[in-house]
Parts: sequence; structure tokens; C-alpha cells
Amino acid sequence: MRYLPLTEADRSGMLDVIGAPSVDALFRDVPAGARPGTPFDLPPSAGEMEVERHLSALAQRNLSAGCAPCFLGAGAYRHHVPAAADHLIQRGEFLTAYTPYQPEISQGTLQYLFEFQTQVTMITGMEVANASMYDGATACAEAVAMACRITRKRRVLLSGSLHPHYRDVSRTLMRFSGVQVEALAPDPVGIEDLIGRMDDGIACVVVQTPGFFGHLNDYTALAAVCHEAGALLVVAVTEPVSLGLLMPPGEMGADIVVCEGQSIAGPVGFGGPGVGLFATRERFVRQMPGRLVGQTVDADGRRGWVLTLSTREQHIRREKATSNICTNAGLVALAFTIHLSLLGEAGFARLAELNHARASALADRMGRIGGVRVVPGTFFNEFALTLPRAAAKVVEELAARGILGGVPASRFYPSYPELEDVLLVAATETNTPEEMETFAAALEEIL
Amino acid sequence: MTGGEGTVSGNRGLDLEEPLIFEQDVSGRTGVDLPEPGWVATDRLGGLRRKGPIGLPGLSEPQVVRHYTRLSQKNYGIDSGFYPLGSCTMKHNPRLGEKMARLPGFADIHPFQPDSTVQGALELMDTLARWLKELTGLPAVALSPAAGAHGELCGLMAIRAALEARGDARSRVLTPESAHGTNPATAALCGYAVESVPGNRDGRVDFGALRERLGPDVAAVMLTNPNTCGLFETDIVRIAEAVHEAGALFYLDGANFNALVGRVRIADLGVDAMHINLHKTFATPHGGGGPGAGPVVLSEALAPFAPVPYVVHGPDGFSLVEHARGSGSGPLPLGRLKGFHGQFGVLVRALAYMMSMGGDGLALASGDAVLNANYLLARLKDELSLSFPGPCMHEVLFDDRFLKDTGVSTLDFAKALIDEGYHPMTMYFPLVVHGALLMEPTESESRETLDRFVDVVTSLAARAKTKDAEFFRQAPRLTPRRRLDETLAARRPVLRWTRGSDETTAKGTS
Amino acid sequence: MAGLWFTDEHEWVRVEGDTGVVGISDYAQKQLGDMVFVELPAVGRKVSKGGEAAVVESVKAASEVYAPVSGEVVEVNGALAGNPAAVNEDPYGDGWMFRLRLSDSGELAGLMDRAGYEEYVKGLG
Repeated sequence: MRYLPLTEADRSGMLDVIGAPSVDALFRDVPAGARPGTPFDLPPSAGEMEVERHLSALAQRNLSAGCAPCFLGAGAYRHHVPAAADHLIQRGEFLTAYTPYQPEISQGTLQYLFEFQTQVTMITGMEVANASMYDGATACAEAVAMACRITRKRRVLLSGSLHPHYRDVSRTLMRFSGVQVEALAPDPVGIEDLIGRMDDGIACVVVQTPGFFGHLNDYTALAAVCHEAGALLVVAVTEPVSLGLLMPPGEMGADIVVCEGQSIAGPVGFGGPGVGLFATRERFVRQMPGRLVGQTVDADGRRGWVLTLSTREQHIRREKATSNICTNAGLVALAFTIHLSLLGEAGFARLAELNHARASALADRMGRIGGVRVVPGTFFNEFALTLPRAAAKVVEELAARGILGGVPASRFYPSYPELEDVLLVAATETNTPEEMETFAAALEEIL
Repeated sequence: MTGGEGTVSGNRGLDLEEPLIFEQDVSGRTGVDLPEPGWVATDRLGGLRRKGPIGLPGLSEPQVVRHYTRLSQKNYGIDSGFYPLGSCTMKHNPRLGEKMARLPGFADIHPFQPDSTVQGALELMDTLARWLKELTGLPAVALSPAAGAHGELCGLMAIRAALEARGDARSRVLTPESAHGTNPATAALCGYAVESVPGNRDGRVDFGALRERLGPDVAAVMLTNPNTCGLFETDIVRIAEAVHEAGALFYLDGANFNALVGRVRIADLGVDAMHINLHKTFATPHGGGGPGAGPVVLSEALAPFAPVPYVVHGPDGFSLVEHARGSGSGPLPLGRLKGFHGQFGVLVRALAYMMSMGGDGLALASGDAVLNANYLLARLKDELSLSFPGPCMHEVLFDDRFLKDTGVSTLDFAKALIDEGYHPMTMYFPLVVHGALLMEPTESESRETLDRFVDVVTSLAARAKTKDAEFFRQAPRLTPRRRLDETLAARRPVLRWTRGSDETTAKGTS
Repeated sequence: MAGLWFTDEHEWVRVEGDTGVVGISDYAQKQLGDMVFVELPAVGRKVSKGGEAAVVESVKAASEVYAPVSGEVVEVNGALAGNPAAVNEDPYGDGWMFRLRLSDSGELAGLMDRAGYEEYVKGLG
């Protein structure tokens, strides 16, 4: 057994030292009824080669996006991952370390998390960021809970532009909290009136930019109205590459920004693991969930980093903690940080420009297809189309031709027949003009 | 002694100083070459184009690679050495998992591709679910929780939903005083008041005290087994019966499942729900704090309340159920706990490990984990102070009585171990003993490693007894940084780098 | 330290007219270690005897400060935001936390005087 160093000779020698007749004897506290007489019905151990063969066969039964033109987004975006980023995160000192509770031998993790926190504040335009959450959707739910703690109010308003998974996860987290979650209907054209719904009982309003259906909104006025009413504005971002080009939510007056970092951190990976970004204003830092890294000095006066403000967390505060979160997404945060470091100011801006250019070209091409209409007037790298017939069906037909041609809105909104014809389409730097033409031509044929 | 004593650069051989990435910025440098965006007639940004610069530093690829390589060298991982961090199961992370998770058919598939194009991924989830159900004997599993605490939340929410469905939400949750902090935090999130149950002299839950606290308002009992003292809760079957008699449900914190996997069927202990930390028991990497995954196995009664999504198998193969079944009179499921479909990449790694080990290998591994812990117990019980008599399960608990009157604290003792090249054990947890030192060797360690560790601990304990407290208080001396001022960090929080912020303490250059 | 009344949870109150100034004892600050943050109640909040009124935090612990007597918070020690160490350095002076307008001065009767409190602390070992 390649992962187990003990030999039979080791085991019997060690049992002698312990003074036990057998390994089974060490389990004497376990009731006999819970130790099954019959073995578990599981396959026997296998060599690396056999496991690899089996899993590779499973992997080959999936149509990977590298083998098909892929225009899928809806909260997960396929970008190029620099080879250096994926290599560096596999260094064993990063990969196989635990949470940095012993700072003297964890300065590597602590320093990159401090860099991560700084980068997150920079791109969101906020003042403080934590060392990551599970993903964007859970970060959004935590933001809602935090807003309720700060304002001591019991109602929250979720925009129809918010990703439905973020909406649902927020609803689930608040289900037993006594907080009333009011989610507005999906808003493909961006006309919902949030300001008109504001009142003094609302803890926070949650919006998304770019919105789930693609469009861009300036939330400056909404932020002012929220603050007037004593509410917080939470802004969710599912495509952080957009922040290379767009006004950051912090500049619009957001109080909390949550973000799914996958699009910068790494591959789409069937949706996980991602990394949740969570940023807020300095005055709210003690109400923040998750770990925080802070700068300090060591016994010799040299700069170093530690986990700090831990009294917010469950291992100290127990039932009074700001959240029950413990594990985060450290390694994915590292990938995020490395990619952003490779990009730098110029590279990040260019990547964003490139995405917008590709999406604009695709929108132009799609708009020329008979019966197809591009819905939003503004967008970043993703937009909604209306098709002359059910989008889910069209997507299946495209897949049969080896094209991953967008996400049907009906997958998220099965009870909204008016969205049956809506297709979400994204284009990134990975999509070549040829791929876009292939996609458009296939769509023309199908329709 | 200062850091770079004797060197001009502040470096000490392989111990290389490294400034923050922001301090290495040279405008115009980049580590990525991208094509020209091309000409766009009019942008579609609606006037929302960013006005100012972001402030990200510019570096070339070699600089970035060197930066993060140097940072990695300031870290200690399982790959570096023995990591007996109790309660954390720091076992070897097989690289096969990394390789498998990076297969394009797993890494490069989008969560919203049509089900017909991801049959292999769905089958993988279904297979993993089957393993977890077989290993625990429970009939259902929710794969989407992202970590242990998230799994607890899933399990406890399912419990509350089930109780509400029978019109009896109840108001209290009981946890032993030795519980992980996530237990009470999770119960509070579900709207429950938390009550602590004392332990007995054997380091187990005091059954009498537990029974006294049970009543018609108790929703659930959350128990860790083996518990955080490394001991099997010998009364567990009685506890489960008492909990059920009171109409409550029994939640098992599966953080310590590594002691039982392949040997003990959880369902036979009377458990209604348990989360499984794949990043502990099933060897997926901890990654400096995450990502992990925390699937939850559920009893028949709780299964209808499982969150979406889950995989089902029909005539057309596998498909994902992404929407909770309709309202009406049926049970109201939880809805969604996590974006997309859970920590798929972690699931791939865990299954690679399970298939490698097989049913036989998993039983061997839990046996070795328990054997290694008992070996440490046997060899250290006269050198340190053992909190509770053995046998222990996969971890062994000592306390600080052996340091009495030496002037050396548990913390000092642990820091001296760092200079000896070890990651310290868990300190000051659980809270039920004074100055706890909790060691979990896992099955990944050889007898030679344990013997060397025992020798080091033994001689440090002897040194402590000579009252050489200053030696311990100064430790560690040989690390990239010595003890850090946590009070300063908390009193004047500096949580991000800002241009022009104090760089005088950063002595190193690249 | 005349005029100080103590609770068995280690808070003190010093009566000044119809108000009382509240802090934590020297024994308590020593037990908690270096203070890094003090969360103070809002002015105007009504607290009742034994209820949670403030929170003191060290690096590794957070503890509630309970109101020794009932009343309305009329003033808080804002200086603690910038200098929580005052609780360690001068627990009966600059380390005060908040001032209450007492709603029932009869409640003072249940508290310990200094000698009684010192005796009580001695008993804690």
C-alpha cells in the first residue's frame, strides 16, 4: 500500500511497545454492533495506473471546453490560465500546508494572503478584504447576514439582476434567521425600480454588476438612497475580469462587495472549487466574516504577517461568531493572486479590453442572425439573446454539433415561460474569431 | 540576534527575504502577452469605464515565479515534514489526485454545459456518493457543502427543516464542552440556543448530564466522535437512543472520521446526519486553509430535505436536479447552499484516493492512524502528562501538568519544536484540559519518524524540567520570522498594503 | 479606590451623583491579557443589571462586560478606541468604559465593596 509506510513488522513491534495484542484491540471502545462482521461492499485497493485509467475514461466522457467552441458564462468564465500560476500553486509548501496558525513557519501563506487582500481592495475600490470565502454565492449570503448584523434590520432586497444561485444561497442561509428575503423577478432588460422599493426597514439591497443578463448599471444613486434609509448596498460581481475596465463598485458607494474569483484564479472546473472575494469598508471590519491577515513585526523588529482580529471567528467566539466559516479557499486565492500579479496593471486592463472587444464582435454577429435579438444595450463580455424558439432546445442541438453555445435562462428560471427563449452568451479572450463564426453559422442553420 | 546577521542582503543562505509584490512594481512590465484587443467602434460600457488606475504592480514572469517560489520556502507543509496537528488530519496528499483533477475532461468543463456533455462528471459524483453511503451506512448524501462547517450547516438545517415539517421546530441544541467552535456557531446560524454539556472524568460526555438536559425543546445533539480528546464516545449508542427518545435528532461531527473509516458503520451508532471532511479523511490537500469539501450523509428521515443540486440516474443516463421539488404539502427541501455543483475538483481528488485505497486499504489506514497515535501515547506518557488513559483513537491528548513550575508554557514548548523542524501539535484545544497538546500523527508517518519525534519531545521535556524557561521563551530562533507581535497586529490593524506605507521594516531586496 | 463597588463577574461601578462609571477590575484585566479592542454600548441604550453591556477583546479571547447595575448609558469612553491598553494600564481610571444613569440605586446593595471583592478574588486562587 503505497501511501502507508508501516510494515507488518513495524505494526507488531509497535503493538509490543503499546502492550496491545492487535490493532483491533485498540478499537475496544467501539461497540461491537458498529463493527460490521461483513466487509464493506467496496472495490479493493488499486495501483496508480489502474485508478488513472478508470478516471481518465470518465473524464473522456465529458465534452471539455478545449475541444469545443465554448460560449458559456452565467457566473463561471473560461479564461486562459498562465502555466506559471498552475505550476506555482502545486508547490508542496503551499499545497500541503494547513491554515497559517503558526506564523513563524507560515509566512509564505500569510504574505500571499496579505497580497491577495490588497489586490481585492484595489480592484473593487474598497478598504478592507478578507482572506477569501468558499465562493461568490456563499460570500453573497454572508454579506446579507453581515448587513443584518450591522443595521439590526430584518428585511433584505435582492435585485433581479443577481445571479439566481447567489439569490438562492442567500435565502437558504437566512432561512432560520427571522430575516425576510425579498427577491425581485428576473430582470433581463434592466428596468427594475429598486429605489422606489426602499424603506427604513431594509438592511441591505443586493445588486450585481455586470448583471446576470449582462447589463451594466451605475449604482451611485441607489447607494445614496440606501445610505439615506440606513441600509447597506451590497454589490456582487461574478466576472471580476470586468473590473479591469469598469468603474469599481467601491466608487459607486458600495458598502460590501462580493465576488467569485474563479475567472481570474483558474479553470471553470465544473464550478468548483472557486474562491469568494469579500471586501468592505474599514468601519465594518469587526462585523466581517472569515479570516484576516494583518501586518506586524517579529521579536527582532522585522516585518511579518499574522492572522488577526480572530475574536470574530468561531474557534474563539463560538455561538457569537460572525459566521461559522473555518475553511476558506486559500489555494485558489493564491492562484488568483499569482494570475493578477502576472497580468499587472497593463495586462489586467488589456485582458478586460480584449474580452469586451470579443463580446462586442460576437454581439454584432449574433444581431445579424434572423430572429435573434441582443437584449442589453450595455454589457461587458456576456449578454442575453432572445431566440425565435426555446433556448434549451437550441443549446442541445448546438452541443450535438460540438458547440457549447451559451446557457439557457430557463435552466435557472424554469417557472418563467417568458424567459424560455432567452440565451446567455459569453465571449472571452479564449474565443477566436473563427470559433465565433462557427457558432454563428451553426446557430443560423439551426434556426 | 537579528535576521540577516552577518550578511549584507539580510538573506541567510536559503532563507531569502522577499518584499511584497507591490514593492517590486516597474511600470511597463507584464508577465502575460495578450493580443491587441482590436478596434471597437463604440464600447457598450454605458459610460461606466474605469477612470483611474487600479494600482496593480507590473512584473515579468521570471520575477513572479521567483517571488512565489521564495514565499513557498517560508512555509511548512506535510511535504516538508511531520505535521502532528491534532484535529486536522494532516496526512499525505497523493499527487495522483492533482493529476486527475487537471484532466481536461474534469478541469475544463463548464458547470452549465448540457447534462448530455458531462456524463462522466455526473457519474464521478454518483460513484463518490455511493462510496460515502457505503462507508457510513446512511442512505443519502449531499455533496455540495464546501467544507466541514458548511456541511454542519447543511446537516443542521436539514434537521431543522425536518422538525419544522412535523410542526415542532424546537429551540435548543446541545453540544459537549469539548466541541469544535463551528458546532455552536452553526447551531446559532440555524436559530438555536446552544447549551454546553460537561464531560466526565474519562474525557467523554457525561451521559447523565446530557440526559438531564434533553427535553421536548431540544432539536439536536451535536457530537464529535472520536471526540476532540481523541477518545471514542463509549456511550454513543445510549446517547443516540436517549436523543431519539426525546424526539431530537443526532448530528455527528465527522471531523475525526479518519479513525473509523472502513471499520465502523456510522449508521449503526444511531446517527441521523454527519459531515465528512474530504480534505481530512480522504487526503485532499488543505492548501493553506482551503479549499475543502464537506459532504453530508443523511438518514432516511432527513434525505427528503437534502439541498440541491444532486445527481439522479434515469433512462437517458445521469442528470442534475437543480431545483427543489415543488411546494405543496411535501417536505420543503433546503434549496441551495453553494454556487454551481459543489467542490467538484475536490471530489475528483477524494475519489482518486478512495479508489487507490479500496475498502481494504481504508481499513488499514484507519488502523495505522490509531496505531500511530497509541504508539505516541505509549512512548510519551511518562515524559509528558497524559490527560486520559488509553487506548486513544487517532489522536492523543496531553496537558501541561508536566510543565508545572518550570516557567515554560504549552506555547513555548510548541515553539521549541519548530526549531527542531516539526510543525507543532494543536495547542490549547480542546478547552477541557489545561494547556492542551493534541497530537494526531496520521497513518502517513513511519515508525522511524515517530521515534525521532519522541526523542526530540523527550529531550525538550527534560530541558523544560531544568527550568531553562528563557530557552523556550526565545523559541523559535531558526525560522524566517521569530515570534510575531499579535497584540500590535490587532490593536492597529494593517490589512492591506498602501503606497508609501512603512517599508523601513522590510530589510530584504530581491 | 474608595467608592468602588464590584460584581462577582469582575466589573466595578463608581457612583457619581445619579450616575455610575463602569469598568473591569485589575484582576480581570490581568486574566484577559493585552486588550486589543473594547466594544462599547451606544449612548442612550438601556441596560439591566447582569445584562451584556460591552465586550473586551484580547488577541485570543473575547469576554462580555455585564452591567453591574441597571440604567441608561449616558457617556462612553471613546478614548479606548485608539488606546484599548488603558484597560490594562489603568483599569480604575483611564480604562473606564461607560457611564450609566442609575435607574435603581438600591441595586448597589447587592455588590461587594473593595475589601469584600479582594477577599472574593483570593478565594478564586
